[in-house]
Amino acid sequence: MLDIRNLSVSVGDGKERKQVLKELSLHVEDGEVHVIFGPNGSGKTTLVQTLLGYPGYMVESGKIEINGEDITKLPINERVARGLGVVFQYPPAVRGIKLNDMANLVLKKKDVVDILPETLDWANRLNMQSFLQRDVNLGFSGGEKKRAEVLQILLQNPSLLLLDEPDSGVDVENVEIIGRLLNKFLQRDLKPQARKKAAIIITHLGYLLNFIKSDRAHVLCDGQFLCSGDPKEIYENILKNGFDKCQNSCLFSAREEAGCAIPAKE
Amino acid sequence: MSMQDLDPNEFKTQDSDAHEKVTSIKDLSAEMKQKLARIGLVMAEESGAGTYLQRDQTASLCNTRSKDVEVLPIRQAMQKHDWLKDYSWKALKADTDKFTKDAASANPEVIQGYFIRGLPGKIERSAVQTCLYVESKNTKQVVHNIIIAEEGSEINIVTGCMSHGGIGRAMHEGISEFYVKKNAKITFTMIHEWQESMEVRPRTAIILEEGASFINNYIALKPVSSIQSNPIAYLNGDNSRVMFQTILYGRGNSRMDLGSRAILKGKNSSAEMISRIITTDKADIVARGLIVGEGPGTKGHLECRGLLLSDTSRIDSIPELDAKNPDVNITHEAAVGKISQDEINYLMARGATEDEATSMIINGFLSFDLSELPPEIAKDTKKLVDQTMKGL
Repeated sequence: MLDIRNLSVSVGDGKERKQVLKELSLHVEDGEVHVIFGPNGSGKTTLVQTLLGYPGYMVESGKIEINGEDITKLPINERVARGLGVVFQYPPAVRGIKLNDMANLVLKKKDVVDILPETLDWANRLNMQSFLQRDVNLGFSGGEKKRAEVLQILLQNPSLLLLDEPDSGVDVENVEIIGRLLNKFLQRDLKPQARKKAAIIITHLGYLLNFIKSDRAHVLCDGQFLCSGDPKEIYENILKNGFDKCQNSCLFSAREEAGCAIPAKE
Repeated sequence: MSMQDLDPNEFKTQDSDAHEKVTSIKDLSAEMKQKLARIGLVMAEESGAGTYLQRDQTASLCNTRSKDVEVLPIRQAMQKHDWLKDYSWKALKADTDKFTKDAASANPEVIQGYFIRGLPGKIERSAVQTCLYVESKNTKQVVHNIIIAEEGSEINIVTGCMSHGGIGRAMHEGISEFYVKKNAKITFTMIHEWQESMEVRPRTAIILEEGASFINNYIALKPVSSIQSNPIAYLNGDNSRVMFQTILYGRGNSRMDLGSRAILKGKNSSAEMISRIITTDKADIVARGLIVGEGPGTKGHLECRGLLLSDTSRIDSIPELDAKNPDVNITHEAAVGKISQDEINYLMARGATEDEATSMIINGFLSFDLSELPPEIAKDTKKLVDQTMKGL
């Protein structure tokens, strides 16, 4: 599904230019859910924005492939057309564009004004009916923004879902609603071989993981994966020891799995 | 040249009988019908409460279909109602500026305009449609309109102002006086579709009595040489309210200096002013707003948002709040800049191309609140604006 190879990314211009991701590699198979943990400033959001192709994130080396196709230089919408979808941490408010317009956009019915039945169906389940005719994200609370994001993504139906801090700023009740819907969307209730949807969940500490079953976890520190392994084990270790010491409990390195040289460790 | 430098004497006013009078829009030329359709006049002829079409100084067409409103050419109305002189040049003073002075001194046999009156207690939800059409070369159209909503009445006016193709430089000088009486309501939706060669100087004043409302929607999406207008509303009555919504798309070398003013005298009177402005090419737009809070419990909010789509255009937002009573609450917010890359990225992340994202944002930015209009009029207005937007 997704193959990131030796990806180095920098942001900023001139003297302000700073390398944020350093030769990062990651492989996600169809049907797999990966979790990326990391402290603030470790490069988590840069990874999401780079995968999406946001301007301002310069790929210095390496490449990103989806189903064997190099997408490193494609514009955002072309990547989306190839199956990428994202739940944003901080989606912008757009005046004059209603949540329902966004729904029609992802359903490729941009010129339709009406609320389509599938939109209404998901909106009901997310308790977002009354938000469909409101300007998207304008005056929405944290939880409402997240539910609006999830609504759009469920309609968009991507094959690789990126969730950027899906539980930040959301109350417990909303995390549960969102978590259960996404768990179902990601076919986690099916047998592993029957699952087709892949996801990367980015979180700095994941309450959402109580509701979404995941396959692998990685710890991102200073633009590199410190370690990879069993999500539960890594999560518990982070809770216990913080990010710095989690390295010791790793089962094996993501780099090794991706066929790259194992970085020297102290 | 500044807006004030325009000399009204450069232009010549046509005679009252320069153009034919017709009984239906069907009798007009194909070009005119096509143009009038763009401001919705053709479709409204069958269904509306009344229709008025003025070509230069000729009241070419005037029909009233509703029993609850009166629509007449102003000169005819002055003859019919002796009392109407008490409304002429009262809300607006003749010596306000050189354009009001010029209009006030125009030949009374030539000056023309519409008189619209909502009869006491009568609520007419269908639109009265009017069109002021500038048709002749180098002409100055001088218009005097008086609109009265009698106590407890409601009138909804949709007006289009436009000019004929290839007439060269021409001018429109329009005086409008609105009187909204106790518990009455007027909605006034104005669509300007002038041309690059038009100099436009509307002068408007509104007087509101107790519990009265005045809703003004102003839409100008086509290029013009210059427009200057700054209507003033006197909210004399307690609990009276005004709302000014302004949607501008400045293109070419258009110069627009547009604003609205509200003087909140009556207790608990309120004003809301919202403008959405887009400029491109070399357009230059000044957006003014003034709210004066005098009476106790008065409330006002002024909001101006602008998007610059070119490096050579300009938006100058000038909000003014003047509180003369400690018990007032008046606020403003203004934001002017380019389209947010964040918003474009967001729409692209939902599958739109960059061009589609940009056009969705522009269309959304110019969308406005039509909830104060009767649903049928709101629908037609939205359709007209969408049609114009498609051509941009």
